Amino acid sequence: MSSLDCKALLEGLLFVADGPLSMDRLVSILHEFEKQELIAALDELRLECERNARGIVLAEVAGGYQFRTRPEHAEVMRRLQRSRPSKFSQSALESLAIIAYRQPVTRAEIEYLRGVDCGGVVKTLLERKLIRILGKKDVPGRPIVYGTTREFLETFNLKNLNALPTLREIQDLAELPVYEEQGELPLDPSLSAPFVQPLLAGEPES
Amino acid sequence: MPGSANQLLFDPQQYSAYTVRVESFEGPLDLLLHLIKKNEVEICDIPIATITRQYLEYLELMKELNLEIAGEFLVMASTLLQIKSRMLLPATEEDEAGEVEELDPRAELIKRLMEYQRYKDAAAVLGARELLGRDLFARSMPFPDELEEKEDDQPLELALFDLVEAFRQVLSKVPFEHFHDVISETISVAERIGRILDMIDQSGSVLFEDLFADEPLSRELVIATFLALLELCRLKSVRVAQGAPFGSILLMRGTEQMSGEIDYVEP
Repeated sequence: MSSLDCKALLEGLLFVADGPLSMDRLVSILHEFEKQELIAALDELRLECERNARGIVLAEVAGGYQFRTRPEHAEVMRRLQRSRPSKFSQSALESLAIIAYRQPVTRAEIEYLRGVDCGGVVKTLLERKLIRILGKKDVPGRPIVYGTTREFLETFNLKNLNALPTLREIQDLAELPVYEEQGELPLDPSLSAPFVQPLLAGEPES
Repeated sequence: MPGSANQLLFDPQQYSAYTVRVESFEGPLDLLLHLIKKNEVEICDIPIATITRQYLEYLELMKELNLEIAGEFLVMASTLLQIKSRMLLPATEEDEAGEVEELDPRAELIKRLMEYQRYKDAAAVLGARELLGRDLFARSMPFPDELEEKEDDQPLELALFDLVEAFRQVLSKVPFEHFHDVISETISVAERIGRILDMIDQSGSVLFEDLFADEPLSRELVIATFLALLELCRLKSVRVAQGAPFGSILLMRGTEQMSGEIDYVEP
């Protein structure tokens, strides 16, 4: 099979797949080709979509490849929808942001940071599969810890968690961010929330 | 007694600051950040007395409308008062240069506010991304109508402060003489529930302002109407929507049809 086949086969696979296809998956399906060939073919596919102003782009999301429509076509695409587009409330976005940046994180920590009860929001985010239970924290009471899911990356069009802008970048911009790759998530241990709110502000934290 | 406190509470002069529409607050921290922004003060140097006063005014307003104030708001109120009183005490002189910050009673709160602001910004950034199912579509994406449009929160929660604000505006129009009236007839919440539903059924939807069109405006009427509306929202028999941000509030029939029997117990 030629590289031309490779590209066409990839296109077919990506069209049929019901979610982003990871490189590993593609390598195992298209075992007739070298990984290098696949990467080259994917690159070509991506460029062709861009160059010819096609209605789809080859997006890299949640650690895989997927055809997606163009953001500038959103308004027309939505006419296909029979309902209002999915939207997020402020509380959902705030909780998601905290979970995305601080995972693994307990509900108590989310509530400490937001200053409100988050039971309902956490439940909804779980139902929408945007967050998942990662396990239990090794502290008395063994509280559940949460983290984000693949669906979160897919929904928010993120290649991976590192594609999130760092909190510092957000602070510097405080407007629309430029997305850059970053080394690691800024998990600052000094920020972890005390479980008991000190009654007297200014008391040294536990 | 119809004390001056009550009259002052709705003196439009006093509240001119609030005629700016209040957005809905996510919680006490959000409300504080709003007050800090409104007063154009530095987050690192909060004028505790001013902010505390305005914060308590807001809580007062919620109480006035018989709203159940979420416990978090009360905890924050006591924290603010706590800080305020500590600010009045002379700082204990034990600072070795580095200890100075620890002595500021506001430190913990400021840290929390700044932290919360960061996540609020991060939330805004997340929300501004191109979302699957909103801005981008993929072939496999089941359109959200299968997921049956679930609000992430009780819709009531989201609109609550907008509603409070709307009612506050109506209340501020209640003429002063009325505070001295002895109102003989009491307006029942159940009655208002029925009235609101009638109005909606007549034309499919009703504007918030029109709820008060057919009766002389009195404090009791406004509060009864507010409670009725909250009850209807809770029962999902009425949906409250705004056509546009800051637009007028529109009431429509909700998902649940109200049965003939209203088992609302008067408080």
